[in-house]
Amino acid sequence: MKAPPFAYRLAEDLPQALDLYARSAGDAVYLAGGHSIVPSLSLRLQAPALLIDISRIAALAGVSLGPEGLRIGATTPHAVLLEDPLVATHAPLLAEAARHVAHPAIRNRATFGGNLVLADPASEFPAVVRALRAELEVEGPEGARQIAAEDFFLDLYTTALQPGEILRAVLIPPPAPGQLVAFAELARRQGDFAMVGAAVRLVPKAGVIGTADIVFHSVGLTPMRAVAAEAALIGQALDAATIAAACAAVAQDLQPGDDPVLPAATRLHLAGVLLGRLLRRVQGEWA
Amino acid sequence: MTQRFAPDRPAHIGQPHLRRNALRHLAGRGAYVSDLALPRMVHAAFLRSPMAHGRITALDLDEARAAPGVIAVYSAADLNPMCQGWTGVLSHFAGMTSPAQSILADQEVLWVGHPVAMVIARTRAEAEDACEKILLDIDDLPAVAGFAPALDPDMPAAAEASASNLCFRAELKTEGAAAAFDGAALVVEGEWRFGRHTAVTLEPRAVVADYDPASGQLTVHHGTQTPFQFQDVYARQFGLPDNRVRVISPDVGGSFGMKLHLYHEEMATVAASLKLHRPVRFVADRLESFTSDIHARDHKVKARMALDGQGQVLAMEVLDRTLIGPYSTYPRTSVAEGNQVIRLMGAPYAMPDYHGVLEVLFQNKVQTSQYRAVGHPIAVQVTEALIDLAAEKLGLDPFEMRARNVVADDAYPCASATGYRFEKLSHQESLRRLRALMDYDGLRAEQAALREKGIHRGIGLATFVEITNPGAAFYGVGGARISAQDGAVVRLTPGGEAHCAISVTEQGQGTETIIAQIVADQLGLTPDQVKVVTGDTDATPSGGATWACRGAGIGGETALRAGRKLAEQLCRIAGAILQAAPESLALRGGAVVDAATGAERLALAELARIATYRPDTLPEGTDNSLSVAQHFAPQGYPFGFTNGVQAAWVEVDTETGLVKLLKHWVVEDCGRIINPLLVDEQIRGGVVQGLGAALYEECLYDDAGQLLNGSLADYLVPMAGEMPDILIGHVETPTEDTILGAKGVGEAGTAAAGAAVMNAVNDALRPFGARLCQTPMTPARILAALGIGPTERDETWN
Repeated sequence: MKAPPFAYRLAEDLPQALDLYARSAGDAVYLAGGHSIVPSLSLRLQAPALLIDISRIAALAGVSLGPEGLRIGATTPHAVLLEDPLVATHAPLLAEAARHVAHPAIRNRATFGGNLVLADPASEFPAVVRALRAELEVEGPEGARQIAAEDFFLDLYTTALQPGEILRAVLIPPPAPGQLVAFAELARRQGDFAMVGAAVRLVPKAGVIGTADIVFHSVGLTPMRAVAAEAALIGQALDAATIAAACAAVAQDLQPGDDPVLPAATRLHLAGVLLGRLLRRVQGEWA
Repeated sequence: MTQRFAPDRPAHIGQPHLRRNALRHLAGRGAYVSDLALPRMVHAAFLRSPMAHGRITALDLDEARAAPGVIAVYSAADLNPMCQGWTGVLSHFAGMTSPAQSILADQEVLWVGHPVAMVIARTRAEAEDACEKILLDIDDLPAVAGFAPALDPDMPAAAEASASNLCFRAELKTEGAAAAFDGAALVVEGEWRFGRHTAVTLEPRAVVADYDPASGQLTVHHGTQTPFQFQDVYARQFGLPDNRVRVISPDVGGSFGMKLHLYHEEMATVAASLKLHRPVRFVADRLESFTSDIHARDHKVKARMALDGQGQVLAMEVLDRTLIGPYSTYPRTSVAEGNQVIRLMGAPYAMPDYHGVLEVLFQNKVQTSQYRAVGHPIAVQVTEALIDLAAEKLGLDPFEMRARNVVADDAYPCASATGYRFEKLSHQESLRRLRALMDYDGLRAEQAALREKGIHRGIGLATFVEITNPGAAFYGVGGARISAQDGAVVRLTPGGEAHCAISVTEQGQGTETIIAQIVADQLGLTPDQVKVVTGDTDATPSGGATWACRGAGIGGETALRAGRKLAEQLCRIAGAILQAAPESLALRGGAVVDAATGAERLALAELARIATYRPDTLPEGTDNSLSVAQHFAPQGYPFGFTNGVQAAWVEVDTETGLVKLLKHWVVEDCGRIINPLLVDEQIRGGVVQGLGAALYEECLYDDAGQLLNGSLADYLVPMAGEMPDILIGHVETPTEDTILGAKGVGEAGTAAAGAAVMNAVNDALRPFGARLCQTPMTPARILAALGIGPTERDETWN
């Protein structure tokens, strides 16, 4: 478990990072918290010629609030998401999810942006940003662009990022009036990859559910939007019958595979149970 | 032997002294083989078989030999001829068979992880780089992976050298076994499956071999429990005199039985040092640990229990099948676990008859062998599940059921139907203590009240018997060169302090602390005045070291007798100086005192000064020795059995299959308690490992014998966050076989924790008619028992 040989460069700013990448003939990987790339190197699953360290680029750091919403720099460690008052106030779903991400030592170093660009389908944050309809700000050789979280996660460990592009920040839009959110996951041990997890965002409208975002993680190749379950909620009062209908609809939304310790049917059952618990929790807060 | 310093008036034995090496470890001053760096040291990495069974058709090492930093690349042809093969059979396991092992795979690979080639380079990273440049072609052979193929008569053997996949079969039967079932009022039965798991030590296996051709000396720094065993192995297998082989085992980051087996990588590392004449280091990484450390368990048990109308157990009938590896492990074999399973069944109970069959089967996975609580969790879980089943059928409370059946505390000595002889156990007292400790009746009321609210909690009980203080009956009689005795040299230093070099070893359990307490009491010193040295074959007398729970019972007795011998010698010297009869003197408070009055006669420092620097002032003919040597081997009972009972309180989420461990209790009788803090640490650590096996840990393989979870992300070890509070009570029944009276305690927690939790889960699920019979009890298995999701395909009994 020793990494194959690689070169290392510390980038001072974004242009330098992009320039280093441009001169790498595509054989470079950006390094931030290192919690995906370092184990991957040690297991020899990846062997890039160059690691470009972007962890100290000021433009990628910090949490700020503006008219467009909460802007979270890509190199923000998970531990900050857990503790930052701006995040707690303006994106509580993210703070709630951060509690479930690994353990303190990991949360101190691993970065929010690194987590999103890895696109591990078992990871919590991709589901949360999708549920919150966040926008991802990207810098690349062709300039800056913005990608909706909805369009960012394409496949297993695959995102809409083009080679050389760097995730700069995540913009979380201001909460809709009356918005209710909940996050939970079922894991065998605290901090483990979940058997199933979900982020829920509901916006009431005239006494019924106006908008519903339900995104599961650990049940497919990407964070999985449960479209049928959402449809079962929209336009309905959040009552027991509606919740039951949404839980039943999950079977249309998710087609998990078998894994060595969790058969697909069991995982699907757990997804329904979890959604029911989340919706009942939201029901308790429904004005 | 004089009883002048009898342990009925101990000063430090029985006291909660803090573990002496803990501060050193906390301060980052631990000295582990993993951290050792020697001049000219080089690093080993292995190319391993990627498949479970196959024939090597090509192995090209040329490109690896030319890789940067590479010093040597070896195949079987280079290393195997340097060393005699080894075969893990013992003669007291009649009829057992196993193929011989050698250092590297030669032609045939037998499991995923089997070492095929060894690269030595300046750094481990360069060695791994070079491994990637080795060309290895393997033709697939049928892999035996699981019970069905291992039992299939048409399936080829896991190794071509084996005639079949049956390694060993044993049968125990009392005359009345069949009749007991014929006449029984009630027969309960079941089948249980125990997953494979492994030790997952914090420090992986680590070895630095350093051969010096100028002196002919081989020094092996080896993170093992048993340095003398490896001194003997390296000497014999490589044809060296054993006094030219020194094994040093400094701090060892956990062992749990895993670090006393002979591994291919350690042998290769020694061979490479013999070839290269320089230090060679191998430290397993975590993936290598998963694919090359021994695994444990992997049993399937079918059992039934016969009872009379009053709930008295009449007999058990047991078939235990266990899957090992392609070989039986050397030198302890891979059949000892099964042997203990069939002999520990029903051990706490006054059960007159028994019929047990053991079948040990080969397969193409890494070997299984001894790991903490060898066989105990299986026997306890099966027995205790049957007891609960019978209680349920008879409408008896599980406590009452056990109280009716345990061997009475006044019925000792006695023997079990499986042939174990018990000196004195305390099941009845232990059950009484547990009932009070856990407030059993209060918990039952709470359980009933919560049921009304849809909260499903369960209480599980498990009595157990633990095998400790093993004599030569364990391995020695079967021809194994495994010492059942231990040795110590105790001396008074010239400054009047004490030094004890002893063959038992320390892996974090506090061996050195209790040895210091024991020696201190014999010499009238405080434990911090006794320096204890362990883990170096050149520094201590030889002995068995640490396995099967013997550090306190055997090592402690060795230290006690050595300390007494030195005390007698010091009183003789003092008598000569003081012109007093040695019998009238004693050692207390760092001085020689008048035994009758306690009046100080001579400080030990003064005695040491005279004996060391002015022996000319002693009367002619006085023996001025300040050192004594003492060896001790257990006599009397072949094993020192201990007993106890555990209880678990759990909550099962019947929608998710998740189990919350709410509380755990242990009442344990390990004989004389030398240090209550360390005894409780042993019990708690053991319980946690038992809970790991019950709920989390499992080495998962596919049908082709591929390990599916070789990392700590996928192989779940128990973590502090999920662990319950563990409350401990003690009963103290010293063995009369020794002066000290101590028995072992290292396996007790692991022996019954899983059984208690499985009974608790099944108690919680009772209203649903669901019952778990497989460990680990994963959410998927619990849900399947509740009718949610598929059940795992069952391999048929045939």
